[in-house]
Amino acid sequence: MSDPTVRPAMPTVSLLRRMIDGLATAVAAGSVLLVLLPLIAIFGYLVYKGFGALNWTFLTQTPKPVGEAGGGMANAIGGSMLILGIASILGVPLGIGAGIYLAEYGRGHFGDLIRFTADVLNGVPSIVIGIVGYSIIVLTQKHFSALAGGVALAIMMVPTITRATEEMLLLVPIQVREAAYGLGVARWRTTISITLRTATSGVITGVMLAFARIAGETAPLLFTAFGNQYWNWRINQPTAALPLQIFTYAISPFDEWHRQAWAGALILIVLIVVAVTAVRIAAARGMVKGVI
Amino acid sequence: MGVAIEVEHLNAWFGSTQALKDISMHIAANHATAIIGPSGCGKSTYVRCLNRMHETVPGARAEGRVRIGDLNIYNGTSATQVRRRVGMVFQKPNPFPTYSIYDNVAAGLKLNGFRDRRRLDEIVERSLRQAALWDEVRDDLRKKSGSSLSGGQQQRLCIARALAVQPQVLLMDEPASALDPISTGKIEELIFQLKENYTIVIVTHNMQQASRVAEFTGFFLLGELIEFDRTEKIFTNPADKRTEDYITGRFG
Repeated sequence: MSDPTVRPAMPTVSLLRRMIDGLATAVAAGSVLLVLLPLIAIFGYLVYKGFGALNWTFLTQTPKPVGEAGGGMANAIGGSMLILGIASILGVPLGIGAGIYLAEYGRGHFGDLIRFTADVLNGVPSIVIGIVGYSIIVLTQKHFSALAGGVALAIMMVPTITRATEEMLLLVPIQVREAAYGLGVARWRTTISITLRTATSGVITGVMLAFARIAGETAPLLFTAFGNQYWNWRINQPTAALPLQIFTYAISPFDEWHRQAWAGALILIVLIVVAVTAVRIAAARGMVKGVI
Repeated sequence: MGVAIEVEHLNAWFGSTQALKDISMHIAANHATAIIGPSGCGKSTYVRCLNRMHETVPGARAEGRVRIGDLNIYNGTSATQVRRRVGMVFQKPNPFPTYSIYDNVAAGLKLNGFRDRRRLDEIVERSLRQAALWDEVRDDLRKKSGSSLSGGQQQRLCIARALAVQPQVLLMDEPASALDPISTGKIEELIFQLKENYTIVIVTHNMQQASRVAEFTGFFLLGELIEFDRTEKIFTNPADKRTEDYITGRFG
Protein backbone atom coordinates (compact mmCIF):
# COMPACT_ATOMS: atom_id res chain seq x y z
CA MET A 1 0.00 0.00 0.00
CA SER A 2 1.41 3.34 -0.98
CA ASP A 3 0.87 6.37 1.15
CA PRO A 4 -1.19 8.83 -0.90
CA THR A 5 0.38 11.81 0.83
CA VAL A 6 3.86 10.94 -0.40
CA ARG A 7 4.25 12.30 -3.86
CA PRO A 8 6.89 10.92 -6.19
CA ALA A 9 9.98 13.09 -6.02
CA MET A 10 10.17 15.55 -8.89
CA PRO A 11 13.31 15.00 -10.90
CA THR A 12 15.55 18.02 -10.56
CA VAL A 13 15.71 20.07 -13.73
CA SER A 14 19.23 20.10 -15.03
CA LEU A 15 21.19 23.34 -15.25
CA LEU A 16 21.52 22.95 -19.02
CA ARG A 17 17.75 22.71 -19.46
CA ARG A 18 17.17 25.76 -17.33
CA MET A 19 19.76 27.69 -19.32
CA ILE A 20 18.16 26.73 -22.65
CA ASP A 21 14.78 27.72 -21.25
CA GLY A 22 16.10 31.11 -20.15
CA LEU A 23 17.81 31.63 -23.49
CA ALA A 24 14.64 30.85 -25.48
CA THR A 25 12.62 33.27 -23.37
CA ALA A 26 15.27 35.97 -23.80
CA VAL A 27 15.36 35.50 -27.59
CA ALA A 28 11.55 35.75 -27.80
CA ALA A 29 11.46 38.86 -25.62
CA GLY A 30 14.32 40.40 -27.60
CA SER A 31 12.45 39.80 -30.86
CA VAL A 32 9.40 41.60 -29.50
CA LEU A 33 11.57 44.56 -28.56
CA LEU A 34 13.24 44.61 -31.98
CA VAL A 35 9.84 44.63 -33.67
CA LEU A 36 8.43 47.35 -31.44
CA LEU A 37 11.51 49.55 -31.52
CA PRO A 38 11.15 50.94 -35.09
CA LEU A 39 7.45 51.56 -34.48
CA ILE A 40 8.09 53.50 -31.30
CA ALA A 41 11.05 55.29 -32.88
CA ILE A 42 9.07 56.39 -35.93
CA PHE A 43 6.11 57.61 -33.92
CA GLY A 44 8.37 59.35 -31.40
CA TYR A 45 10.34 61.07 -34.13
CA LEU A 46 7.12 62.17 -35.86
CA VAL A 47 5.83 63.71 -32.67
CA TYR A 48 9.19 65.35 -32.03
CA LYS A 49 9.46 66.83 -35.52
CA GLY A 50 5.83 67.43 -36.34
CA PHE A 51 4.16 68.46 -33.12
CA GLY A 52 5.77 71.92 -33.20
CA ALA A 53 4.20 72.78 -36.56
CA LEU A 54 0.77 71.57 -35.47
CA ASN A 55 -1.66 74.35 -34.67
CA TRP A 56 -5.19 75.44 -35.40
CA THR A 57 -4.14 77.15 -38.66
CA PHE A 58 -2.56 73.94 -39.91
CA LEU A 59 -5.80 72.08 -39.39
CA THR A 60 -8.13 74.74 -40.83
CA GLN A 61 -6.25 76.59 -43.61
CA THR A 62 -5.26 75.70 -47.14
CA PRO A 63 -1.58 76.00 -48.19
CA LYS A 64 -0.10 79.48 -48.62
CA PRO A 65 1.89 80.37 -51.78
CA VAL A 66 5.65 79.83 -51.68
CA GLY A 67 7.37 82.37 -49.49
CA GLU A 68 4.38 83.22 -47.31
CA ALA A 69 4.44 81.85 -43.79
CA GLY A 70 1.49 79.98 -42.24
CA GLY A 71 -1.11 78.04 -44.10
CA GLY A 72 -2.09 74.46 -43.45
CA MET A 73 -3.23 71.15 -44.86
CA ALA A 74 -6.96 71.29 -44.17
CA ASN A 75 -7.83 70.66 -47.81
CA ALA A 76 -5.44 67.70 -47.91
CA ILE A 77 -7.02 66.20 -44.78
CA GLY A 78 -10.48 66.64 -46.29
CA GLY A 79 -9.27 65.36 -49.66
CA SER A 80 -7.74 62.25 -48.09
CA MET A 81 -11.02 61.52 -46.33
CA LEU A 82 -12.92 61.95 -49.62
CA ILE A 83 -10.56 59.69 -51.58
CA LEU A 84 -10.41 57.06 -48.82
CA GLY A 85 -14.21 57.19 -48.57
CA ILE A 86 -14.56 56.52 -52.30
CA ALA A 87 -11.97 53.74 -52.13
CA SER A 88 -13.75 52.09 -49.17
CA ILE A 89 -17.22 52.33 -50.71
CA LEU A 90 -15.92 50.63 -53.85
CA GLY A 91 -13.31 48.29 -52.39
CA VAL A 92 -14.82 46.93 -49.16
CA PRO A 93 -18.05 45.40 -50.60
CA LEU A 94 -16.19 44.07 -53.62
CA GLY A 95 -13.43 42.55 -51.49
CA ILE A 96 -15.81 40.98 -48.98
CA GLY A 97 -18.04 39.70 -51.78
CA ALA A 98 -15.11 38.07 -53.56
CA GLY A 99 -13.92 36.60 -50.25
CA ILE A 100 -17.36 35.08 -49.64
CA TYR A 101 -17.33 33.60 -53.12
CA LEU A 102 -13.90 32.03 -52.60
CA ALA A 103 -14.72 30.60 -49.18
CA GLU A 104 -18.23 29.31 -49.89
CA TYR A 105 -18.34 28.52 -53.60
CA GLY A 106 -14.86 28.84 -55.11
CA ARG A 107 -13.75 25.21 -55.01
CA GLY A 108 -12.88 24.66 -58.68
CA HIS A 109 -10.41 26.06 -61.17
CA PHE A 110 -12.24 29.38 -61.39
CA GLY A 111 -11.76 29.86 -57.63
CA ASP A 112 -8.07 29.01 -57.93
CA LEU A 113 -7.76 31.53 -60.76
CA ILE A 114 -9.31 34.29 -58.63
CA ARG A 115 -7.11 33.36 -55.69
CA PHE A 116 -4.00 33.49 -57.87
CA THR A 117 -5.07 36.79 -59.42
CA ALA A 118 -5.70 38.32 -56.01
CA ASP A 119 -2.26 37.26 -54.79
CA VAL A 120 -0.58 38.68 -57.87
CA LEU A 121 -2.58 41.91 -57.59
CA ASN A 122 -1.43 42.17 -53.99
CA GLY A 123 2.16 42.20 -55.22
CA VAL A 124 1.73 44.72 -58.04
CA PRO A 125 3.73 47.89 -57.27
CA SER A 126 1.43 50.74 -56.29
CA ILE A 127 2.80 53.03 -59.01
CA VAL A 128 1.56 50.55 -61.61
CA ILE A 129 -1.91 50.69 -60.07
CA GLY A 130 -1.68 54.48 -60.33
CA ILE A 131 -1.01 54.12 -64.06
CA VAL A 132 -4.06 51.86 -64.38
CA GLY A 133 -6.22 54.49 -62.68
CA TYR A 134 -4.65 57.10 -64.95
CA SER A 135 -5.40 55.21 -68.15
CA ILE A 136 -8.93 54.03 -67.36
CA ILE A 137 -10.29 57.14 -65.66
CA VAL A 138 -8.06 60.19 -66.07
CA LEU A 139 -7.51 59.65 -69.79
CA THR A 140 -11.16 58.95 -70.54
CA GLN A 141 -12.43 61.83 -68.39
CA LYS A 142 -9.68 64.14 -69.56
CA HIS A 143 -8.86 65.37 -66.06
CA PHE A 144 -7.43 64.26 -62.76
CA SER A 145 -10.00 63.51 -60.08
CA ALA A 146 -10.72 62.22 -56.60
CA LEU A 147 -12.67 59.41 -58.25
CA ALA A 148 -9.59 58.24 -60.16
CA GLY A 149 -7.58 58.28 -56.91
CA GLY A 150 -10.35 56.41 -55.10
CA VAL A 151 -10.53 53.74 -57.80
CA ALA A 152 -6.75 53.25 -57.77
CA LEU A 153 -6.77 52.82 -53.97
CA ALA A 154 -9.84 50.54 -54.15
CA ILE A 155 -7.93 48.26 -56.53
CA MET A 156 -5.20 48.06 -53.89
CA MET A 157 -7.68 47.26 -51.11
CA VAL A 158 -9.58 44.47 -52.84
CA PRO A 159 -7.03 41.62 -52.84
CA THR A 160 -6.12 42.13 -49.15
CA ILE A 161 -9.76 42.19 -48.07
CA THR A 162 -10.66 39.26 -50.34
CA ARG A 163 -8.00 36.94 -48.97
CA ALA A 164 -8.58 38.01 -45.35
CA THR A 165 -12.34 37.47 -45.69
CA GLU A 166 -11.83 34.07 -47.29
CA GLU A 167 -9.47 32.93 -44.54
CA MET A 168 -11.73 34.19 -41.76
CA LEU A 169 -14.81 32.48 -43.25
CA LEU A 170 -12.92 29.22 -43.63
CA LEU A 171 -12.10 29.36 -39.91
CA VAL A 172 -15.82 29.14 -39.08
CA PRO A 173 -16.38 25.43 -38.29
CA ILE A 174 -18.48 23.44 -40.75
CA GLN A 175 -20.63 22.38 -37.76
CA VAL A 176 -21.87 25.94 -37.34
CA ARG A 177 -22.99 26.06 -40.97
CA GLU A 178 -24.59 22.62 -40.63
CA ALA A 179 -26.56 23.80 -37.61
CA ALA A 180 -28.14 26.46 -39.81
CA TYR A 181 -28.76 24.10 -42.74
CA GLY A 182 -30.35 21.68 -40.29
CA LEU A 183 -32.90 24.36 -39.36
CA GLY A 184 -33.94 24.73 -42.97
CA VAL A 185 -32.09 28.01 -43.43
CA ALA A 186 -31.17 28.66 -47.06
CA ARG A 187 -27.53 28.64 -48.02
CA TRP A 188 -27.19 32.34 -48.92
CA ARG A 189 -28.91 33.27 -45.67
CA THR A 190 -26.56 31.02 -43.71
CA THR A 191 -23.58 32.65 -45.39
CA ILE A 192 -24.68 36.17 -44.50
CA SER A 193 -26.33 35.74 -41.12
CA ILE A 194 -24.30 32.90 -39.65
CA THR A 195 -20.92 32.46 -41.32
CA LEU A 196 -20.12 36.11 -42.01
CA ARG A 197 -21.54 37.12 -38.62
CA THR A 198 -19.35 34.60 -36.85
CA ALA A 199 -16.28 35.85 -38.73
CA THR A 200 -17.11 39.57 -38.38
CA SER A 201 -14.23 40.60 -36.14
CA GLY A 202 -11.65 38.87 -38.34
CA VAL A 203 -13.10 40.39 -41.50
CA ILE A 204 -13.01 43.83 -39.89
CA THR A 205 -9.35 43.32 -39.05
CA GLY A 206 -8.67 42.55 -42.72
CA VAL A 207 -10.58 45.63 -43.86
CA MET A 208 -8.73 47.83 -41.39
CA LEU A 209 -5.35 46.47 -42.49
CA ALA A 210 -6.21 47.25 -46.10
CA PHE A 211 -7.49 50.70 -45.13
CA ALA A 212 -4.39 51.56 -43.13
CA ARG A 213 -2.21 50.41 -45.99
CA ILE A 214 -3.88 52.54 -48.68
CA ALA A 215 -4.25 55.59 -46.42
CA GLY A 216 -0.53 56.25 -46.68
CA GLU A 217 -0.15 55.43 -50.38
CA THR A 218 1.33 58.25 -52.44
CA ALA A 219 2.33 56.71 -55.76
CA PRO A 220 -1.16 55.73 -57.01
CA LEU A 221 -2.39 59.28 -56.28
CA LEU A 222 0.39 61.13 -58.14
CA PHE A 223 -1.35 60.93 -61.49
CA THR A 224 -4.92 60.19 -60.43
CA ALA A 225 -5.98 62.58 -57.66
CA PHE A 226 -2.99 64.75 -58.59
CA GLY A 227 -3.25 67.16 -55.67
CA ASN A 228 -4.80 70.59 -55.30
CA GLN A 229 -3.87 73.81 -53.48
CA TYR A 230 -7.50 74.56 -52.72
CA TRP A 231 -10.57 72.95 -51.21
CA ASN A 232 -12.38 70.50 -53.41
CA TRP A 233 -15.30 68.23 -52.58
CA ARG A 234 -16.29 67.31 -56.11
CA ILE A 235 -15.27 63.80 -57.04
CA ASN A 236 -14.49 64.71 -60.66
CA GLN A 237 -11.91 67.39 -59.80
CA PRO A 238 -8.23 67.16 -58.85
CA THR A 239 -8.07 66.71 -55.10
CA ALA A 240 -5.43 67.22 -52.44
CA ALA A 241 -4.40 64.27 -50.27
CA LEU A 242 -2.19 64.09 -47.20
CA PRO A 243 0.44 61.72 -48.64
CA LEU A 244 0.73 63.87 -51.78
CA GLN A 245 1.04 67.05 -49.77
CA ILE A 246 3.66 65.47 -47.51
CA PHE A 247 5.58 64.30 -50.57
CA THR A 248 5.49 67.74 -52.22
CA TYR A 249 6.52 69.55 -49.03
CA ALA A 250 9.20 67.08 -48.05
CA ILE A 251 11.13 67.41 -51.33
CA SER A 252 10.78 71.22 -51.34
CA PRO A 253 13.74 73.42 -50.35
CA PHE A 254 11.85 75.33 -47.63
CA ASP A 255 12.25 74.70 -43.90
CA GLU A 256 8.69 75.86 -43.21
CA TRP A 257 7.34 73.26 -45.63
CA HIS A 258 9.54 70.56 -44.12
CA ARG A 259 8.03 71.24 -40.71
CA GLN A 260 4.54 71.10 -42.22
CA ALA A 261 5.41 67.81 -43.94
CA TRP A 262 6.30 66.33 -40.53
CA ALA A 263 3.08 67.64 -39.04
CA GLY A 264 1.15 66.20 -42.00
CA ALA A 265 2.73 62.79 -41.45
CA LEU A 266 1.80 62.93 -37.76
CA ILE A 267 -1.81 63.83 -38.64
CA LEU A 268 -1.96 61.00 -41.19
CA ILE A 269 -0.94 58.43 -38.59
CA VAL A 270 -3.31 59.86 -36.00
CA LEU A 271 -6.18 59.74 -38.53
CA ILE A 272 -5.48 56.10 -39.32
CA VAL A 273 -5.32 55.19 -35.63
CA VAL A 274 -8.57 57.08 -34.95
CA ALA A 275 -10.36 55.43 -37.88
CA VAL A 276 -9.22 51.92 -36.93
CA THR A 277 -10.09 52.44 -33.25
CA ALA A 278 -13.52 53.89 -34.09
CA VAL A 279 -14.42 50.92 -36.28
CA ARG A 280 -13.20 48.49 -33.59
CA ILE A 281 -15.31 50.15 -30.91
CA ALA A 282 -18.33 50.25 -33.21
CA ALA A 283 -17.88 46.57 -33.98
CA ALA A 284 -17.48 45.69 -30.29
CA ARG A 285 -20.71 47.52 -29.48
CA GLY A 286 -22.44 45.45 -32.13
CA MET A 287 -23.19 48.31 -34.48
CA VAL A 288 -21.85 46.40 -37.45
CA LYS A 289 -24.03 43.38 -36.77
CA GLY A 290 -25.58 41.72 -39.77
CA VAL A 291 -29.33 41.41 -40.02
CA ILE A 292 -30.23 38.24 -38.20
CA MET B 1 -47.21 15.48 -33.34
CA GLY B 2 -44.60 13.11 -34.67
CA VAL B 3 -45.05 11.28 -37.92
CA ALA B 4 -43.81 7.92 -39.14
CA ILE B 5 -40.84 7.61 -41.48
CA GLU B 6 -40.89 5.15 -44.34
CA VAL B 7 -37.51 4.33 -45.86
CA GLU B 8 -37.39 2.17 -48.99
CA HIS B 9 -34.29 1.05 -50.88
CA LEU B 10 -32.12 3.93 -49.73
CA ASN B 11 -28.60 4.00 -51.17
CA ALA B 12 -25.98 6.66 -50.46
CA TRP B 13 -22.53 7.41 -51.82
CA PHE B 14 -19.51 9.56 -51.06
CA GLY B 15 -18.01 9.97 -54.52
CA SER B 16 -17.65 6.41 -55.75
CA THR B 17 -17.74 4.82 -52.30
CA GLN B 18 -21.11 3.39 -51.38
CA ALA B 19 -21.87 4.24 -47.76
CA LEU B 20 -25.41 2.85 -47.49
CA LYS B 21 -26.68 -0.24 -49.26
CA ASP B 22 -30.38 -0.73 -49.92
CA ILE B 23 -31.77 0.31 -46.56
CA SER B 24 -35.47 -0.18 -45.90
CA MET B 25 -36.95 0.64 -42.52
CA HIS B 26 -40.23 1.68 -40.98
CA ILE B 27 -39.70 4.16 -38.16
CA ALA B 28 -42.72 4.44 -35.88
CA ALA B 29 -44.27 7.79 -35.02
CA ASN B 30 -43.81 9.12 -31.47
CA HIS B 31 -41.26 6.54 -30.51
CA ALA B 32 -37.49 6.65 -30.20
CA THR B 33 -35.53 4.51 -32.62
CA ALA B 34 -31.85 3.90 -31.95
CA ILE B 35 -29.26 3.31 -34.66
CA ILE B 36 -26.24 1.37 -33.44
CA GLY B 37 -23.15 -0.10 -35.05
CA PRO B 38 -19.38 0.22 -35.13
CA SER B 39 -17.58 3.35 -36.38
CA GLY B 40 -17.83 3.87 -40.10
CA CYS B 41 -20.88 1.62 -40.52
CA GLY B 42 -23.04 4.39 -41.99
CA LYS B 43 -25.11 5.38 -38.93
CA SER B 44 -24.50 9.09 -39.29
CA THR B 45 -24.84 8.97 -43.07
CA TYR B 46 -28.19 7.24 -42.59
CA VAL B 47 -29.72 9.89 -40.36
CA ARG B 48 -28.22 12.62 -42.53
CA CYS B 49 -30.14 11.12 -45.44
CA LEU B 50 -33.38 11.58 -43.50
CA ASN B 51 -33.14 15.37 -43.64
CA ARG B 52 -31.07 15.66 -46.82
CA MET B 53 -27.98 16.87 -44.95
CA HIS B 54 -25.96 14.13 -46.64
CA GLU B 55 -25.98 16.00 -49.94
CA THR B 56 -24.27 19.08 -48.41
CA VAL B 57 -20.97 17.17 -48.48
CA PRO B 58 -19.23 17.76 -51.83
CA GLY B 59 -19.54 14.66 -54.03
CA ALA B 60 -22.14 12.97 -51.85
CA ARG B 61 -25.50 11.74 -53.18
CA ALA B 62 -28.40 9.55 -52.15
CA GLU B 63 -31.09 7.57 -53.98
CA GLY B 64 -34.24 5.86 -52.86
CA ARG B 65 -37.57 6.72 -51.30
CA VAL B 66 -37.90 8.38 -47.91
CA ARG B 67 -41.34 9.48 -46.78
CA ILE B 68 -41.70 11.63 -43.70
CA GLY B 69 -45.40 11.70 -42.91
CA ASP B 70 -46.93 12.53 -46.25
CA LEU B 71 -43.80 14.21 -47.63
CA ASN B 72 -41.63 12.33 -50.10
CA ILE B 73 -38.35 14.07 -49.30
CA TYR B 74 -36.35 13.05 -52.37
CA ASN B 75 -39.06 13.92 -54.86
CA GLY B 76 -40.76 17.21 -55.55
CA THR B 77 -39.61 19.17 -52.53
CA SER B 78 -36.64 21.30 -51.53
CA ALA B 79 -34.01 20.41 -48.95
CA THR B 80 -34.87 23.48 -46.88
CA GLN B 81 -38.55 22.41 -46.73
CA VAL B 82 -37.50 18.98 -45.52
CA ARG B 83 -35.18 20.37 -42.85
CA ARG B 84 -37.89 22.57 -41.41
CA ARG B 85 -39.88 19.41 -40.71
CA VAL B 86 -36.95 17.34 -39.51
CA GLY B 87 -34.87 18.86 -36.73
CA MET B 88 -31.32 17.74 -36.09
CA VAL B 89 -29.07 17.66 -33.05
CA PHE B 90 -25.39 17.06 -33.74
CA GLN B 91 -22.66 15.13 -31.97
CA LYS B 92 -20.81 18.21 -30.78
CA PRO B 93 -22.89 21.06 -29.39
CA ASN B 94 -22.82 23.76 -32.08
CA PRO B 95 -24.58 26.91 -30.91
CA PHE B 96 -24.12 29.98 -33.11
CA PRO B 97 -21.17 31.59 -31.32
CA THR B 98 -22.04 35.24 -31.86
CA TYR B 99 -25.76 34.86 -31.06
CA SER B 100 -27.32 35.34 -27.65
CA ILE B 101 -29.16 32.43 -26.05
CA TYR B 102 -32.45 33.95 -27.21
CA ASP B 103 -31.27 34.43 -30.78
CA ASN B 104 -29.88 30.90 -30.91
CA VAL B 105 -33.31 29.49 -30.14
CA ALA B 106 -35.10 31.99 -32.38
CA ALA B 107 -32.60 31.61 -35.25
CA GLY B 108 -34.50 28.99 -37.25
CA LEU B 109 -37.63 31.14 -37.27
CA LYS B 110 -35.98 34.54 -37.65
CA LEU B 111 -33.69 33.45 -40.47
CA ASN B 112 -36.68 32.05 -42.30
CA GLY B 113 -38.44 35.38 -42.13
CA PHE B 114 -40.60 34.99 -39.00
CA ARG B 115 -40.90 38.44 -37.39
CA ASP B 116 -43.74 38.35 -34.83
CA ARG B 117 -41.88 39.34 -31.66
CA ARG B 118 -44.50 38.31 -29.13
CA ARG B 119 -44.91 34.89 -30.73
CA LEU B 120 -41.11 34.56 -30.84
CA ASP B 121 -40.89 35.26 -27.10
CA GLU B 122 -43.45 32.53 -26.44
CA ILE B 123 -41.78 30.02 -28.73
CA VAL B 124 -38.33 30.67 -27.26
CA GLU B 125 -39.63 30.13 -23.72
CA ARG B 126 -41.61 27.03 -24.66
CA SER B 127 -38.65 25.51 -26.54
CA LEU B 128 -36.25 26.18 -23.68
CA ARG B 129 -38.72 24.64 -21.24
CA GLN B 130 -39.10 21.58 -23.46
CA ALA B 131 -35.31 21.27 -23.53
CA ALA B 132 -35.19 21.58 -19.71
CA LEU B 133 -32.94 24.64 -19.93
CA TRP B 134 -35.35 27.48 -19.17
CA ASP B 135 -34.70 27.71 -15.43
CA GLU B 136 -30.95 27.84 -15.93
CA VAL B 137 -30.91 30.62 -18.55
CA ARG B 138 -34.10 32.64 -18.07
CA ASP B 139 -32.22 35.61 -16.58
CA ASP B 140 -29.49 35.78 -19.24
CA LEU B 141 -31.49 35.16 -22.41
CA ARG B 142 -30.14 38.19 -24.23
CA LYS B 143 -27.10 38.92 -22.07
CA LYS B 144 -25.13 35.73 -22.59
CA SER B 145 -23.97 34.18 -25.83
CA GLY B 146 -24.80 30.57 -26.61
CA SER B 147 -21.16 29.58 -26.44
CA SER B 148 -20.77 30.84 -22.87
CA LEU B 149 -22.86 27.94 -21.55
CA SER B 150 -21.41 24.63 -20.35
CA GLY B 151 -21.20 21.74 -22.82
CA GLY B 152 -24.31 20.02 -21.50
CA GLN B 153 -26.27 23.27 -21.47
CA GLN B 154 -25.09 24.03 -25.01
CA GLN B 155 -26.43 20.69 -26.19
CA ARG B 156 -29.81 21.36 -24.57
CA LEU B 157 -29.72 24.80 -26.21
CA CYS B 158 -29.20 23.08 -29.56
CA ILE B 159 -32.18 20.82 -28.80
CA ALA B 160 -34.29 23.89 -27.96
CA ARG B 161 -33.13 25.51 -31.19
CA ALA B 162 -34.20 22.46 -33.18
CA LEU B 163 -37.58 22.30 -31.37
CA ALA B 164 -38.34 25.99 -31.98
CA VAL B 165 -39.11 25.44 -35.65
CA GLN B 166 -41.71 22.83 -34.57
CA PRO B 167 -40.42 19.83 -36.48
CA GLN B 168 -42.24 16.49 -36.69
CA VAL B 169 -39.09 14.44 -36.39
CA LEU B 170 -35.94 14.96 -34.32
CA LEU B 171 -32.72 13.35 -35.52
CA MET B 172 -29.98 13.06 -32.90
CA ASP B 173 -26.50 12.11 -34.04
CA GLU B 174 -24.72 10.85 -30.92
CA PRO B 175 -26.11 13.78 -28.93
CA ALA B 176 -24.47 12.80 -25.64
CA SER B 177 -21.13 11.41 -26.76
CA ALA B 178 -19.30 14.66 -25.94
CA LEU B 179 -21.00 15.07 -22.55
CA ASP B 180 -20.37 13.97 -18.97
CA PRO B 181 -22.64 11.35 -17.32
CA ILE B 182 -24.87 13.90 -15.57
CA SER B 183 -25.50 15.87 -18.75
CA THR B 184 -26.02 12.61 -20.61
CA GLY B 185 -28.66 11.63 -18.04
CA LYS B 186 -30.47 14.91 -18.60
CA ILE B 187 -30.47 14.45 -22.36
CA GLU B 188 -31.83 10.91 -22.00
CA GLU B 189 -34.58 12.09 -19.67
CA LEU B 190 -35.41 14.69 -22.27
CA ILE B 191 -35.70 12.11 -25.02
CA PHE B 192 -38.33 10.35 -22.92
CA GLN B 193 -40.45 13.49 -22.66
CA LEU B 194 -39.93 14.53 -26.28
CA LYS B 195 -41.24 11.22 -27.57
CA GLU B 196 -44.76 12.37 -26.73
CA ASN B 197 -44.60 15.03 -29.41
CA TYR B 198 -41.89 13.98 -31.80
CA THR B 199 -40.57 10.98 -33.64
CA ILE B 200 -36.98 10.52 -32.53
CA VAL B 201 -34.13 8.81 -34.31
CA ILE B 202 -30.96 8.63 -32.23
CA VAL B 203 -27.57 7.44 -33.35
CA THR B 204 -25.52 6.13 -30.48
CA HIS B 205 -22.27 4.38 -29.77
CA ASN B 206 -23.48 3.46 -26.37
CA MET B 207 -25.57 0.29 -26.27
CA GLN B 208 -26.82 0.93 -22.73
CA GLN B 209 -28.10 4.25 -23.96
CA ALA B 210 -29.93 2.60 -26.84
CA SER B 211 -31.58 0.13 -24.48
CA ARG B 212 -32.53 2.90 -22.05
CA VAL B 213 -34.16 5.34 -24.43
CA ALA B 214 -35.31 3.52 -27.55
CA GLU B 215 -38.25 1.19 -28.26
CA PHE B 216 -36.70 0.10 -31.56
CA THR B 217 -33.11 -0.47 -32.53
CA GLY B 218 -31.43 -0.93 -35.90
CA PHE B 219 -27.97 -2.47 -36.18
CA PHE B 220 -25.81 -1.26 -39.06
CA LEU B 221 -22.65 -2.90 -40.35
CA LEU B 222 -20.59 -1.81 -43.36
CA GLY B 223 -23.42 0.23 -44.80
CA GLU B 224 -26.07 -2.44 -44.43
CA LEU B 225 -28.98 -2.69 -42.04
CA ILE B 226 -28.31 -6.09 -40.49
CA GLU B 227 -31.20 -6.26 -38.09
CA PHE B 228 -34.05 -4.01 -37.05
CA ASP B 229 -36.47 -4.94 -34.29
CA ARG B 230 -37.79 -4.06 -30.88
CA THR B 231 -34.89 -2.99 -28.68
CA GLU B 232 -35.31 -5.77 -26.12
CA LYS B 233 -35.33 -8.35 -28.90
CA ILE B 234 -32.11 -6.95 -30.37
CA PHE B 235 -30.36 -7.00 -27.02
CA THR B 236 -31.72 -10.26 -25.62
CA ASN B 237 -32.37 -12.48 -28.59
CA PRO B 238 -30.87 -11.16 -31.81
CA ALA B 239 -31.69 -13.06 -34.97
CA ASP B 240 -28.39 -12.44 -36.69
CA LYS B 241 -25.03 -13.77 -35.54
CA ARG B 242 -23.32 -10.45 -36.42
CA THR B 243 -25.71 -8.50 -34.19
CA GLU B 244 -25.01 -10.88 -31.33
CA ASP B 245 -21.24 -10.56 -31.85
CA TYR B 246 -21.51 -6.79 -31.74
CA ILE B 247 -23.75 -6.45 -28.68
CA THR B 248 -21.73 -8.98 -26.74
CA GLY B 249 -18.62 -6.94 -27.47
CA ARG B 250 -16.87 -9.36 -29.75
CA PHE B 251 -16.02 -6.50 -32.12
CA GLY B 252 -16.70 -2.79 -32.68
